[in-house]
Amino acid sequence: MYVIQAAAVRGRCAGCLMAQSGRRDAPELPDFSLLKRLARDQLIYLLEQQHEVDKLYKVELKPIVSTADQLCFLIRPRIQTVKWISDVVNLDKAAGRLRRYKIIFTPQKFYACEAVLEEQGVFGDVTCDEWAFYLLPLDDDIISLELPEFFRENFLEGDQRWVGAAGGALRLIHSLYGPFSKVYGIGQCAKMVYESWREQVEDGEQKTQQPEIGNVFLIDRDVDFITPLCSQVVYEGLVDDIFRIKCGSVEFGPEVTSSDKSIKVMLNSQDKVFNEIRNEHFSNVFGFLSQKARNLQTAYDKRRGMDIQQMKAFVSEELKGLKQEHRLLSLHIGASECIMKKKTKQDFQELLKTEHSLLEGFEVRECVSFIEEHINRQISMIDSLRLLCLLSLTENGLLPKDYRSLKAQYLQSYGIEHLLTFSNLKQMGLLVEQQPGETLTVMESKVGKLVNDKTAGKLTDAFSSLAKKSNFRALSKRLVLIPKSGEEYDLRVPRDMAYIFSGAYVPLSCKLIEQVLERDGWTGLEEITRMLNGHEFAVSGGANGTESRIKADSQRIVLVMFLGGCTYSEISALRFLGRERGYKFIVVTTAITNSGRLLEALLDNHP
Amino acid sequence: MSRAKPEDDEYWNSSKFSAFTFDDEDDEFTKMKESKRAVNSILVDDDDDDDDVEKVSWSGEPIGSKPNLTPCFFFFFCLFYNIHQGCSSLVLEIYQPALFSFNILAVISFTDTSTRAYAPELRKPKSECKDYMSDWSPEETVRRMRKGRAYSLERFRSLQDKLLLLDEAVSLHDGNVITAVLIYLKRSLSKEILFRELMVREVALRHYVHYLKEMGEQKLLLMQYKEHLNIKDEGRRRDFLKSCLSLPFSQDDAMHVQDHYTLLERQIIIEANDKRGEAEIFRKYPRKASILNMPLITTLYYSCFYHYGEPEGTFSSPANIRKTFRISEKQYILTALGARAKLKSWFDVDSLFNTKNWLGYTKKRSPIGFHRVVDILQKNNAPAQVLQEYVNLIDDPELRLSLAQKYKCHDIVIDTYKDLKDRQQLIVYQGKVERGSHEDRKIEELINNMQIRWKN
Repeated sequence: MYVIQAAAVRGRCAGCLMAQSGRRDAPELPDFSLLKRLARDQLIYLLEQQHEVDKLYKVELKPIVSTADQLCFLIRPRIQTVKWISDVVNLDKAAGRLRRYKIIFTPQKFYACEAVLEEQGVFGDVTCDEWAFYLLPLDDDIISLELPEFFRENFLEGDQRWVGAAGGALRLIHSLYGPFSKVYGIGQCAKMVYESWREQVEDGEQKTQQPEIGNVFLIDRDVDFITPLCSQVVYEGLVDDIFRIKCGSVEFGPEVTSSDKSIKVMLNSQDKVFNEIRNEHFSNVFGFLSQKARNLQTAYDKRRGMDIQQMKAFVSEELKGLKQEHRLLSLHIGASECIMKKKTKQDFQELLKTEHSLLEGFEVRECVSFIEEHINRQISMIDSLRLLCLLSLTENGLLPKDYRSLKAQYLQSYGIEHLLTFSNLKQMGLLVEQQPGETLTVMESKVGKLVNDKTAGKLTDAFSSLAKKSNFRALSKRLVLIPKSGEEYDLRVPRDMAYIFSGAYVPLSCKLIEQVLERDGWTGLEEITRMLNGHEFAVSGGANGTESRIKADSQRIVLVMFLGGCTYSEISALRFLGRERGYKFIVVTTAITNSGRLLEALLDNHP
Repeated sequence: MSRAKPEDDEYWNSSKFSAFTFDDEDDEFTKMKESKRAVNSILVDDDDDDDDVEKVSWSGEPIGSKPNLTPCFFFFFCLFYNIHQGCSSLVLEIYQPALFSFNILAVISFTDTSTRAYAPELRKPKSECKDYMSDWSPEETVRRMRKGRAYSLERFRSLQDKLLLLDEAVSLHDGNVITAVLIYLKRSLSKEILFRELMVREVALRHYVHYLKEMGEQKLLLMQYKEHLNIKDEGRRRDFLKSCLSLPFSQDDAMHVQDHYTLLERQIIIEANDKRGEAEIFRKYPRKASILNMPLITTLYYSCFYHYGEPEGTFSSPANIRKTFRISEKQYILTALGARAKLKSWFDVDSLFNTKNWLGYTKKRSPIGFHRVVDILQKNNAPAQVLQEYVNLIDDPELRLSLAQKYKCHDIVIDTYKDLKDRQQLIVYQGKVERGSHEDRKIEELINNMQIRWKN
């Protein structure tokens, strides 16, 4: 359940540690707490108006022990869950037990789920509702759809079931904070979401209001797989990589709190300490934190020599704030220490060096043997996979002999059941063999026979055509993603978005956004979009007549919607870009992702 | 959505709201009851049915004809595949509409896997058909579906109409609607025809495959192999893997599956012997877990740990595993090194790298960099002199120097500086060693040696 938050007055993020030179006239962001209130009210309505609810269950796919005569399930529309509920109902029926059942699907129900209820003979016994909870604001500038399954289902399975939901989310934002004056996008899914949104808007009524968000940029995750696969080195990204931030909060274990209990902390702009370091390269964080600690000490020291009156004022006005800051500071110092410890243990330096060499296309053979050794030593299964994918993406596929040998060694080290993982990665184009186009289909059709159905034997033929080239080298050259090596890069004074990867690489996704905003469209980027498999668009919004009245401020508010997830590093890069160019970015994402989550979604080594 | 404050819990637990009734007649509810009503209306004579003329579609077929069913029972069939048992079972569910209670009557097994039955389509009675027969075009129909309004797919009976409907759904980019249409097509078209049409409709095909996957009905080649993960008993799992060997995998994958089977077979044998743990090594280092279902390299490590030096003929010996599974020298050395270093068998570690040349001299050679060897030894707390020996074998002087300094191998640092003819660094290093120690004297001797041609 999400916390029902009062509409708090937010202290806007001011005075960030770096880029003080950035433009100061950036516009204010719209207030998204409204979204939470809307969702909460709707859920309360669902529960209050219609049913007498005693208890809400967390679905754990275990038998239910309850004496209640009504059960209410709040679930994602997943066939597996609905099957489980059907079983519960049928077991009750078999035991002669009379109960009423209600499923509330969020954010929407699927016909396929209802079909399961029908097939299992419980349609009618179970009634369904929908809780249209699309958007969870994680922070002032981050809104999540909390649909991690979007990534796998859309990009691996080719199932467009969430397109409507993404379109619906956009429609909600549009109706509350629009109208948008310009919508840009790239990617097949982005285009479909755009069309879905347009249709939904046409269906509904048109309101005229002051726009708060001027521009929208839709981008598919598969336009850029490289960025989310790189190790994150900006503080917030590192915390996510190591501790896994969930819904904007993180649980710091005993190794961070240096006590015997874990603490759950909200990580957002309300946390003053975090807010100042979240976008920083990790190498700056320690220095900042120790400076902060010294300042805190000075503030505490003020107590000395105070008279009673001053002391009273100090306690009532300052002490609470200081204590709060003290607590946060010690947590983040603990977290940083823990990060350091973990990273030195796993030879992080060497890992980073390999990643950077791959991005640069430098000493690739050394990289291959590093990866091989990484696999041989059975170090982190996900990291090995990540490096393999980076190798494949940057080199447009592995040499056939490398592919065979690395795959074999991977299976030996981490389990042969990863055969399925490799097949998924191949289908996604994340880890492929270099080969001339012709042989690909021949190979695939050999592999892709269905077991118990000859007619469907050609199934995977259709899939094989989907694996596409990444063209990273050429893209990187055209967009200048790799800064010239040899030049010193001062991470304390970043000069471009590459700082989020220690100055080694400008994230492709963010670079595209920068270029399109700069050019007000895709003109001049034709070669680039061709290499990215096209599906780009730029459309002026419907607010034609009122164009002159549109506030200049809203024009500099850009909503970027990542379909398939985005990383904290990308958000940091966009914040940097915003400060440099006077934009404010709002990131809407189907979920926050990182290399671990992205690859875990594609693993198939468990039942 | 994971945060729950106590007050929230209290809220959820203590809410008392107006009673819920199941006979709401709102729009959504009507829809949900469709099938129930359809079932009921088959059985009772529909009094409202004043239209005696049978409706006929343009193709001449009667519309909304009643399926031929026994008067008081309505049979609902669904079929589950049970592939790995080599047969399919038909689960027959019977509804008694008057009571609407449920029981499973019988489970009938068929040996013929190709048998497939579909649920007879629930047809609406004529009176209800009138409401739905308003001519919604495919386009209107899918749009209504997307908005969650009432719709009917019954009128799409000709193949052409069905395909129009499907194409319309695909053009809407709404996976939910596409799957809904596919479920309808699955029920009303033969498998052959459906697949033939899906072959030329990639988007629809992928939705269909994903749907079947989620329903657990159809298994692609690798999905079939994946089934083994659901089998807990190792003997049955092994037999299942054996049955997978005949599946038409690609050449490479076939080899991996074969390896998987062989590996589990070996693990079962090893486990049976080692479970008793009679050998001394098991008493000294008790096993933390069973070796079953572990990856190959873990198995090799285990074998190097508990069964080192066994003759190649035994299944549990490292040599046998190495040979059977074509393990590279590099991989073998890395794993054996890890295992022997863990046991502090420095003699075994030494012999891993010893090679004799034709004159009979022993020389140390390694397929992995010696810096990596040092790293592994150090992580296993190797004593200084063992560490020193391997640090000395690192080729690259820079790397050797940095590791020697890290692990305080003074002699190597001194010798390396001497080789590099770096007198300055040697003087700097002298400050780091204990005054008057053996190292200190050695450096002193060197920097005073006039015969060395220092570069600085």
